Amino acid sequence: MKILVCISKTPDTTAKIAFADNNTKFAADGVQWIINPYDEWYALVRAIELKEADAATVIHLVTVGLADCDPIIRKALALGGDEAIRINADSHDSYYIASQIANVAKEGNYELVFTGKETIDYNGSSIGGMVAELLDLPYVSLATKFTLTGTSAEIIREIEGGEETDTVQLSVVVSCQKGMAEQRIPNMKGIMGARSKPLKVVEPSAVDAFTAIASFDLPPAKAGVKLVSPDNPEELVRLLHEEAKVI
Amino acid sequence: MSVLIFLDQADGHIKKSAFEAACYGAAIAKQTGTIAEAIVLGSINDDLAAIGQYGITKVHTVKNDALNHVDAQVFTKIIADAATATGATVIIFSNNFNGKAIAPRLSVRLKAGLVSGAVALPDTSNGFIVKKNVFSGKAFANVAINTAIKIISLNPNSFSVVTTIGTAEVAAFAANVDAAKVTVTNTNKVVGEVPLSEAEIVISGGRGLKGPENWSLVTDLAKLLGAATACSRPVADIGWRPHHEHVGQTGLAIAPNLYFAIGISGAIQHLAGVNRSKTIVVINKDPEAPFFKAADYGIVGDAFEVMPKIIEAVKKMKGLI
Repeated sequence: MKILVCISKTPDTTAKIAFADNNTKFAADGVQWIINPYDEWYALVRAIELKEADAATVIHLVTVGLADCDPIIRKALALGGDEAIRINADSHDSYYIASQIANVAKEGNYELVFTGKETIDYNGSSIGGMVAELLDLPYVSLATKFTLTGTSAEIIREIEGGEETDTVQLSVVVSCQKGMAEQRIPNMKGIMGARSKPLKVVEPSAVDAFTAIASFDLPPAKAGVKLVSPDNPEELVRLLHEEAKVI
Repeated sequence: MSVLIFLDQADGHIKKSAFEAACYGAAIAKQTGTIAEAIVLGSINDDLAAIGQYGITKVHTVKNDALNHVDAQVFTKIIADAATATGATVIIFSNNFNGKAIAPRLSVRLKAGLVSGAVALPDTSNGFIVKKNVFSGKAFANVAINTAIKIISLNPNSFSVVTTIGTAEVAAFAANVDAAKVTVTNTNKVVGEVPLSEAEIVISGGRGLKGPENWSLVTDLAKLLGAATACSRPVADIGWRPHHEHVGQTGLAIAPNLYFAIGISGAIQHLAGVNRSKTIVVINKDPEAPFFKAADYGIVGDAFEVMPKIIEAVKKMKGLI
């Protein structure tokens, strides 16, 4: 079994969001970078669990990014990936990124491609679906549980107002979310071992991006909270009804 | 040239978010001097001609029971064929679970740039620029789509639904329906509850409620207001409430008209999931709770004393007592 896990570098969830260069670029100064939580906690850890259940399983990691991604790739390797491929390009266009990942996936003949359900920075939720279409593979999105039986998988995914159980023959692309696995912390053996694991850097293939970010905006600041006395909560109901007109 | 809107359905009924997508698509059609058409897949019980009141000229239907479960691969092919047949240059989805499954595939298939999570009409004065949420609601990006065909998935509760008088022509679209590679063996839906992503009012509880046995303070108010219920991450993690209720950075991001938070401190990761709500109410006994900075209304007080009084006041307002 060969599994490809897509990894993205994102700012820490508590990072201050600000923009530079006339609001055209994310201000990265002083920002702590992490593995996108959905990629790490759910996609990667579930892949590691599958490897723990079957020692013949191989996990490859893929990321599209520049050399500043290497620390987060090493962390992912420390958690349990076998080797990593970094496509040396900087892009925020989902199609460009998905095309680069699909090229790696085609070459590697993976039975499983795992992604997180979205990145917490650009919130596109697009890479899994795009990779699946580029590879002409089935795609199961927003998976909360993944069980392997021979060459088929049983997957529970979230749908509006509930969940659905799917079965599918491999190969398949799956976007992973909460429920798939539990967050892990790399141990010292993993961290030491990650240093000698292969991290292959490949140049991107020529792909025309479909979209480009023109600028960023911050939401307008809130006017400030209107506090109601705890002795008179009825006043809150009146305000919501008459002033805010939301109930 | 036209705008094509994918109308998402569940159990034979068009979803509320689909009407919003229809209005949004109709507004783009008006803005770019063209017409808005829609496509519905599966067996529908609703009167589709009535979709005309949302500004839709024609509804293309593919009545086939196999399409009552959404398979991204099968749906993508049909919608791509319909887009080509109708000459659509802009295709609209709701950025809900199904939109997230289908729109990216369609983007590749039609070589059409996708902006997911749009929150406003595109700026077409110079190119085609769509405003979308980024950094989990903490900022917006204005994204230029540089392809001939454009796909937008609209965040729920981002665009006002306005109806006019109008009737849509309903026509069957002759589609090749492939056999799905994914087999659905079971679906398990919560019946009778308002889906969180579509709810206009959301009542949410945090650790301040001390235990699942106290959740009637949340659910009673939700029932009175026809609201959905939600919770903070720790509450879902300890198992007081089901995971699908978790809103926040790693849970669901929502944007209701009213978000009513009880006993939630408002950590930045929680705010990321709810800060697009139009009105935020915070009930917390800690005056230093960061949530008050993001709130519109608040009460610094003990939820166990305040909430029963609020529930009584709402009952009075509704004429129930």
